[in-house]
Parts: sequence; C-alpha cells; structure tokens
Amino acid sequence: MSAIARWLDSDVAYSFRRSPVALMAALVLAIILAGAVLAPWIAPHNPLDLASLNLMDSRIPPVWDAEGQRSFPLGTDDQGRDILSGIMYGVRISLVIGVASVIFAIVAGIAVGLLAGYAGGVLDAVLMRVADIQLTFPAILIALLVDGVVTAALPQEMHERLKTQVLIFSIGISFWPQFARTVRGSTLVERGREYVMAARVIGLSSGRIMLTHILPNVLGPVFVIGTLTLGLAILSEATLSFLGVGLPPSSPSVGTLIRIGNDFLFSGEWWMTIFPGLTLVLLVLSINLLGDWLRDALNPKLR
Amino acid sequence: MFAFIVSRVLQAVPVVLVVGLIAYAMFAFVGDPVTIMLGTDYTEAQRVALVKQLGLDQPFFVQYAKFMWAALHGEFGISYRLARPVTDLLAERMPATLELALTASVFALLIGVPMGVYTGIYRTAFSSRVFMIFSLIGVSLPTFLIGILLILVFSVWLQVLPSFGRGDVVRFPHWSTGFLTTGGLKALILPAVTLGLFQMTLIMRLVRAEMLEVLRSDYIKFARARGLGTRAINFGHALRNTLVPVITIAGLQIGGIIAFSIVTETVFQWPGMGLLFVQSVQVADVPVMAAYLVMISVLFVLINLVVDLLYYAVDPRLRVVR
Repeated sequence: MSAIARWLDSDVAYSFRRSPVALMAALVLAIILAGAVLAPWIAPHNPLDLASLNLMDSRIPPVWDAEGQRSFPLGTDDQGRDILSGIMYGVRISLVIGVASVIFAIVAGIAVGLLAGYAGGVLDAVLMRVADIQLTFPAILIALLVDGVVTAALPQEMHERLKTQVLIFSIGISFWPQFARTVRGSTLVERGREYVMAARVIGLSSGRIMLTHILPNVLGPVFVIGTLTLGLAILSEATLSFLGVGLPPSSPSVGTLIRIGNDFLFSGEWWMTIFPGLTLVLLVLSINLLGDWLRDALNPKLR
Repeated sequence: MFAFIVSRVLQAVPVVLVVGLIAYAMFAFVGDPVTIMLGTDYTEAQRVALVKQLGLDQPFFVQYAKFMWAALHGEFGISYRLARPVTDLLAERMPATLELALTASVFALLIGVPMGVYTGIYRTAFSSRVFMIFSLIGVSLPTFLIGILLILVFSVWLQVLPSFGRGDVVRFPHWSTGFLTTGGLKALILPAVTLGLFQMTLIMRLVRAEMLEVLRSDYIKFARARGLGTRAINFGHALRNTLVPVITIAGLQIGGIIAFSIVTETVFQWPGMGLLFVQSVQVADVPVMAAYLVMISVLFVLINLVVDLLYYAVDPRLRVVR
C-alpha cells in the first residue's frame, strides 16, 4: 500500500496527471487492453469456436447500417465471424507476440551490451560492428528474412505449431541492436565508477558485477526504448501477418484480420478491414504517445 | 577526397562479405536443393551427379567463395519456385521497383521540404497546425493500412485510380517503364503516395525542426540586419543550412523505401522485386532470398557512400583538410 502511495506522490505520477495526452493515451490503451484480456468473458462471440459459426451470418455490415444486426455490432466477415470478437481475440495475440518479442530483444540486447561494454576490446568491436551492420537494414526486412529462413529450416509439420515462436524470434532479433547499443553506452560509463571498482576489489566475479551491480543502473533507458519498440514490434507482427508470412487464419492476429478483410475490399465490405486497422492504429498510437511521455518524464533535463 | 572514398569503400567490403556469408549459409543449411530439384523419383547416380554439378561435395568455404564469385558476376542460381534463373527474375522486376521508389522519393521531397519550410516559418499559423496533425497521423499509420485506405477511397468508392499492377507499360530490351503512358502514370500514383507518405512526413518534421533551430541563429539576425529579403533569408540562408541532416535522413530512408516497397508492392500487387521477395519467403525459395539480400546490401552500402559524398557537396566545412 505504501508503495502505491509513494508512487502516486512521485514526480513521474505528477507529470502523468498533468499531461492530457498521456492520460488520453492511457485511457485508450486501457480500454483496448481490457477488451483483449477479458475477451473470453465479454466478447459477444467466440471466433475460434468453429461450431458456433453460421455461414448465414456472413458479410453482415455494422449495426448502424440498414442491414446490420444487433448481435454483430461491427459486422461479420466472410465466414460469419463477428468482427468485434475477432478484434478482441486478435489484439490478445498481437500483444502477446509484441510483448514477447520486445522482451526477447531486451534480454538479448542487455546480454550483448553488458558483455561488450564490460569486456571491451575485440569482443566489443566485433559485437558492435554486427549491431551496426544490422542497423543499416530496416527491422522489418530482417524480421521477414529471419522468418523465411527459420520457416525453411523447420520441418513442414512443425510450421503451424511453432509459428508464434518463430514470429517472436524473428521480430525480437530485428530489434536487439538498439538495446545493445544503449546498454553498452551506459555500461562503459558505469564501469569506471567507484562502486564497480569496489566490487572488483572485494573479488566479485565479472558476471556477478555485471548482473547485480551494473545492470540495475543501466535499465532506465531500456524501459523507455522498450515502450517505443513495443509499438514497432506490434506493427512488425501486423505487417508480417498482412504479408502472409505471419500467423495463419486459424489463429488470427489483428494483422491477419486486416489481410483477410483486404480480399473483400472490392466487394464493398470495408468493415472487415477498417475496424481491425483502426484498432491497430489506436493501439500503436497510444503506446507510442505513452512512450514519448515516459521518455520526457524520466529525462531530468526536461524537468 | 580520394582517400576518403577509398576508406569508405574499404569499410563497405566486409559488410558485403558478411551479408554474402549469411546468404550463402542460407543456401547451405536451409532445405536440401537436391531433393527439391530431383522431386520424388530418382536414382542414386542421378543424385550424386546433381550434387557434383551443384558443387555441394566441396568444402564450405570453397563453396562460399564460388558463390560470392558467381554473385559478383550476377549469377545466383535458379529459383526453386519458378525454375528460372534468379538474375533474370530480378532484372525483369527491377524497373518496376526502381520507378516506384524513385517516384515515391521525389514525391516525399517535393511535398515534404516545402511543407517543412512553411510550417517552420509560419509555425503558429492554423494551416501549420493542420499540417502537423496530418504528419502525426502519417507517422502512426502502418504502410499497408495507408495503401488499403487509399484503395478504398480512390479505387472502390471514387473509382478514379487503378488499385493493382503497373497499368500500360512500354517495353524496351532491358527496361520496362510506366512513365510514358497515361495508364502507367495513373497506376503509379497510389503506390507511390503510399510508399512516400511516411518519408514525406519524416522529412517535413525534420525540415521544420531544423528551420526553427536555424532561424534563431545569429547569422539569420545578421542577414535581416543587412536588409536581405525574406526570400533570400529563408531559402538562401536558412534552408541551405538545414540540408545536411535532411540529406542524411532522406538518403538513409531510401533504404527504408526499398524495404517498405515490399509491403506496398504486396498491397498493390505491383510486379516488382519486393513482391517477388515476399512470394519467395512464403515458400522458402532460398536462391531468390539470398540474391535479394546480397543485392539490397550492396544497394545500402552504395546509398551510404553517396550520402557521405553529398555531405561534401553541401557542407563546405567538411572539405577542410584534416
């Protein structure tokens, strides 16, 4: 309880309350998150339950259209799946993949950054050169390529089962250099500090110094970059799924929904694409705005 | 100047070699081209003959060297999916991608720079605020969604512009262009806008930020004091000094344009290299993927080189001999 009270009293919480943009973004994000987390209980239909689908319900427009039906607020797709429920379940998948791949990128980036910054020398030069090379390529290209290679390397029967893991790996790998560079930079600074010297004098092992002494002091910027990367990771997943190398229609993420809906754009059924698209934009925009706010709030120079 | 170019080129060589190694490793360890090419019905002698013909019985680094040598000569083997030489496939589709990327870049620069200058000079004007909100939306919208929205509005609802393909194309022996026909130009509009929109908003925001910075500086005040016209100050003095970062970002963004042309080409079924690449990734067509990777890396290295050289042209301070 006191921890919550202390947080509510902190500078960060104060700047949060004072920023209308951050409040708005948090509200939008909270609504989307609530819809996604509570989907199994509050969604009007279960799009993954094939037995409940009825082809008679296919291609129904949203409820405000003359042909709309009350039970399908945002209309249905070609299989008779409710769009709103599809989005709620889709956001779950998009978020899980987005968060997991950012965590993957953070862990990999921290490991490389700490090692490069602390060890220095040849190891540092090689690791950072690799990061530089990767940074010259856009993340989406790396993710697409890794995805293609891993899929090709896996045996056919494992594709469907491991698709989520492959996506997380591909997207995570495309974002690690940013984290590695930041952590390396801060590690270089921290390495020269007295407390690290002291820890070394006591005779602690390098691994222990890196993990328990330096790591907590270099995490700050990692969280800010992590928030901003989350938006990009969700977009990457949506883009890959839209390109047809992401999740299959059997477990549709928001990107997959947009891809499915895109096929029906010309027959005038715009709602199949536009609503998932709008959700994606709101989700990413609110995460980005919160990330921007967090960056400014944690920056002592701007206080 | 010459030493600078040489050192830059030397730095670029390892990058291309590493990317080539990755591309080759894909060949060597992903899938088995022999079983793919032979199908299901073959004898052991046929298999051995094919292994020998493909050079797969030699050591890894010999194969890698051969691969890079062949790549230098523009040979990347045969596509598993289309059973045609990869080089031909890429050469066929390169004009479409380059014309699209060029149009998108020109669009981004021609609209982005003036809008940035305008919003930088009249930053409190109502129209400037509208532009800024517009640019924020442009940055947040994913590329494929912009494409879908444009198709929905201009092709489905208004029915004024085509939504897929290149339209009428004029063919030359080594090039096909959509620039020369009305149909081709019309087909170019939506994809180019989709592809260029992100770059445009980026350039606009960048030019605006730089203009705000520069307009506050002393030499602008001095130029005003000398009685120079607004035009001369804004364009001759201020804009010119914003160009270095703009060239950097715009140059590096050409790489982004090529990468995002993958998405745009998929949305508009534009018959370029990006679409070929996506189709190859979907079925793990390794030769095409490897060739695309090597080609893109060479392209990126070249772009970085040109960007560095442009600095020299634009910023006289860099020409000082160190």
